[in-house]
This record gives sequence, C-alpha cells and structure tokens, in this order.
Amino acid sequence: MSTGVEPRVAPATEVAAQLPVVVDDPVAQRFRVHRSAMTSPEIHRAEVERIFAKSWLYVGHESEIPEPGDFVRRPVGGRPVFMVRGAKTGNINVFHNTCTHRGALVCRQDSGNSKVFQCFYHAWTFDSEGQLKGVPDRDAYAGGLNFDELGLKRVARVETYRGFVFACFDPDIEDLPTYLAGAKEYIDLVVDGCGGSVEMARGTNQYSFGANWKLLVENSFDGYHAESTHDTYFKYLVSIGTDLRGGVSGQAVDLGNGHAVIEYSSPWGRPVAKWEPLFGADAHTEIDRLRTDLVARHGEQRAHAMAEVNRNLLIYPNLIINDIMAVTVRTFYPPAPDTVDVTAWALAPRNEPASLRHRRLDSFLTFLGPGGFATPDDLEALESCQQGFASGGVEWNDISRGMGRVPVANDEEQMRVFWRHWQHQMSAAADRAGAR
Amino acid sequence: MTAVASQRHVFLRQQVEEFLYAEAALLDTWALDDWLLLFDEDAKYEVPCNDALDGDPARDLLLIDDNYLRLAARVTRLDSRRAHREYPHSRTNHQVFNVRVQDLPADELSVNASFTVWRFRAGRTSCYVGQYHYRLRRSAGGFRIAVKRAELDMTDLRSVGDVAIIL
Repeated sequence: MSTGVEPRVAPATEVAAQLPVVVDDPVAQRFRVHRSAMTSPEIHRAEVERIFAKSWLYVGHESEIPEPGDFVRRPVGGRPVFMVRGAKTGNINVFHNTCTHRGALVCRQDSGNSKVFQCFYHAWTFDSEGQLKGVPDRDAYAGGLNFDELGLKRVARVETYRGFVFACFDPDIEDLPTYLAGAKEYIDLVVDGCGGSVEMARGTNQYSFGANWKLLVENSFDGYHAESTHDTYFKYLVSIGTDLRGGVSGQAVDLGNGHAVIEYSSPWGRPVAKWEPLFGADAHTEIDRLRTDLVARHGEQRAHAMAEVNRNLLIYPNLIINDIMAVTVRTFYPPAPDTVDVTAWALAPRNEPASLRHRRLDSFLTFLGPGGFATPDDLEALESCQQGFASGGVEWNDISRGMGRVPVANDEEQMRVFWRHWQHQMSAAADRAGAR
Repeated sequence: MTAVASQRHVFLRQQVEEFLYAEAALLDTWALDDWLLLFDEDAKYEVPCNDALDGDPARDLLLIDDNYLRLAARVTRLDSRRAHREYPHSRTNHQVFNVRVQDLPADELSVNASFTVWRFRAGRTSCYVGQYHYRLRRSAGGFRIAVKRAELDMTDLRSVGDVAIIL
C-alpha cells in the first residue's frame, strides 16, 4: 500500500510516451539521439519489454548441434534457454530452461549430448523433445499428473534461416523471412561465399563492458572510426606489407525493419577470397583458386561481392554478422543501461581445408575479440562515451554524418536506420497499435 | 629420486622461479621491449578461449595466437599511445605460484605454474586467474621462452572485459 512518500518511479510505458528521444530532421539534415536513450533505467526497462521480448533474437547455429540429443544452453534476450536437436524428430527445439514443477534449470551444462534432461531438484525427467517422461513417486498426486501439459515450455516461436536459429518470446510476431526482409540476401552472400554450408569454429568470445548496448550496434558498423581508433591495427598491416592506399570505400544500405549493412572494399585480405601478405606467399594460389571457383558457381559480379566486398550487417536488434577479415557472428544483451554482455563466434565454411581454416582464425583474432588489436580499443571508446554522458551539459548525440548525400560506408546512415526503427518500436504510436 | 637428483631438481626449480619472477617484473614495469628479448624467434604466445582451454590454433578460435612477429607487433602497439585500451597503462601485478618443472629432451624444460594477474585502471579492478604452460630452452645466457600459453580458469571474460594486457 502506498504511503504517498516513496520516490515515484515512472512505469516504462509512461517514460516511453515522453519520447521521441530520436530527432530526425531531414530539412536541417540533422539527426540527433538524446543521451537518456543510453542512460535511463526506464528506457532500458521499456527496451526489455518492447524490443527484446518482441523481436526475433539469435539463439545459435544449427551446426552447433548436428546430432540428435546435441544441445547448447545460453541466455537469449537475458533469459536462460537451451537449444537441443530432438532425438525423435531431428528438429531444433528451443526450451525455456526451467522445470515445470518448481522452476530449477533442467539443462545445467553449456553444451553436450543427452537424450534426457533431468531436473536434479526432484528428479523430474524430460526427453529431448520436451516431453515429461518421469516423476518420482507419482502416486502422491491423487488427481493424477497430466504429462502432456507438464512438458518443457517451448519459446513461443523458433525459426531458422540458412542455419541461423532465431527465437521470439512473442507468439504474434511476423514470420522470420518477412522480418529479415532485405537482410536475407546478405546472409545468403555470407553463406554462399562460404560454399553454401557453414559452421561455428570451436572457441567463444564471451565478454562484457560498461556501455549501453546501442553504442555497440553503432560501433559494429561504423566505418568512420576505423582509422583513428584502430591506428595500431593498420600500422601492423603496413608492417607486414599490406597496401593501405585503396582505403575503405563503399555504401550503406537500408534493409528494412531496422536492419542495415555497410558494404565496402578495404585494404585487408579476406579468407574468401582476397589474398594479403598476412596470409603468407604460399596461400596465394589457394585463395586464387577459391575465387575462380566462386566465379564458376556464381558469375563474376556475385563472386566479386563475395570475395572482395566486406559486409558489416546488423540484424535488428542485436545480431551482427561482420564478413570482413574473417566472419564474426556477434550477439549481445544489456543486463543494465550501462552494461552489455557480448557473445561472439567465428563463422567458417563447413569442412574448410585445414590450412585455410588456420589462416581464417589467424585473421580473425588479429583484429577481433578480447585479445585482438582492435576490439579492446572499441570497448575503450564505448566505455569512454558512456562515461562522457555522465558529465551532462551535452544532451544529444549527433548522428547526421552523410545526410543529404548518397550515404557512403563512412557515413552514419546505417545507424540512423537502426535508430528510426528503435524509435518506432519504443514510441507511443507503437503503444496505440499494441492496444488495438 | 636420489637425494642428489632431488637436490638438483629443487635447484632447477628455483632457477626457473627466479626466471618467472624476473619476467613478471618486466611485465609489471611495462619494460615490454626487454620482455620480448626473453623469447626465441620461433616462439609462440597463446591464450585460448575460456570455453576451449585445449584449443589448437590450427583448428579452434583462440583469444591470442601470436607468433614472434605478432608478439613484437603487440609490444609495439602497447608501447604506443594509440593502444587506447592501454593508454594510459594499467597497473598490473603478475603473481606466479605452484611452479612445477619437468625436463624435456634437447635441453628444453616444460614448466607449469598457477598465475594471478591483477589489473587496475581508472578505478577498476580486474583479476585474471589461470595456468601458465611454458616451454623453456636453456642457453648460455639463461632460459629462453619457446612457448608461453596462459589458460584462464574464469569461465568467461565478463568480469575483465578483455585481454589487452599481456598475461
């Protein structure tokens, strides 16, 4: 019961109604985001309800669970779930990781193979299709137990695209292909460039840092920061003989539904299929052969897009597929407005020849990941922004770069695409639509 | 083991410990150019991912897989003012314990040790805990590092963020 004296905490809906925090002014060619979007606990709470509970979120890749009974567990949208290949059906099942009896986690290992998942608390046992199979001393339930009702609870929606498994906690969301919109053909470019079948390399990057998750969205496809923030990486490339003169050039594309990509040429090499000194002289023939192969299968134009063109792709809201000096798949979730948990993998062609795989991983970890020459400096930049917000005095971030011209890869149009959709999902208009 | 052999082994372990303490001091004083001189030119420095501690760099993703060339570049990077995550540098404290030494053929040694590396920067405290695996070579000038591999006991990097420092 209210005493009328507690500090008043506005409900998420009320705060969201005070938006817009995104101001898009095409006349003045200014695009601004209010910094409360990165710092406000109420906005964070609204994001959990409106974005993470209502979007298709990346769970994992089919190749992680090739055999019946194979499973991985991980948080999705901040909630513990697990993905298991059903032993009977071979289907990909994604379950809420909670016993239907009294709540304990039923999957307590990060990965493995099992035909049964037994809750250790009271030993209720489920199979890999989620069916309840065993309850000790079940005669104690005088009214009987309905085993069909007490199976593991599936996440409301699960669909896959080219092996990428997505789940959504909202049963009413549009189907995955519709949701992915223009992003589909960019996923196709990545997968087909890898020969049509891909897998995740063993070894996961799991790290966290002190900044708002949307700063990582921006950073993941920000061509503008590369030269200044990643000077030491480029110096390393030069030291091993890479020619930087071509620079970075390309464009940003709005893919619909908040998804966006920048596609551009770059000085660095690509395991498929652009040689550079980092790969070593003996790799030249092999990489040329990969490229010839792509041309034979896809024609010169598409082969060029696969071999020489880089893609930094955002699948709204929190999946990044960056097909750059290697391919990284990165997803993240904010447990708080100023904290983000990141999980990232290296995607590679399935059955890639050993020498090519080694070079790909080498290229990945030189730039990417917590021990690379670039990612730690990105974390520093994003934490630095978050700390700067606390200073106050400046209320808005400026994301106008490239407005009023055909947006190039070093502009900020791809970020504006994200922010416009974010604003739409968070806005009062979305409220009214939901109320109908 | 005879008494003489046992004494010899204790002496060897003490020599290795002295070497590891000296290495830790170079890292903690950011004397990275001198630290690099401890490595042979075919040396490796590896840090596997937390969920694949037996990771093989030819097959699996590692956090760090430096040959001498990239290790030298890592030192150049950390010496510069453009390694933003480490400019200004963290204060670090590399602690080495539980040192076990095993003789290998060809004048090489296998060394396993526990480590705790404390890192302090801008009011933040991070702690890395794990196992060192070294392959050392005896030379006229003392030990040389052929392999240094740091396997982290933490299940992930959430509490530390990154491995921008050298472990």
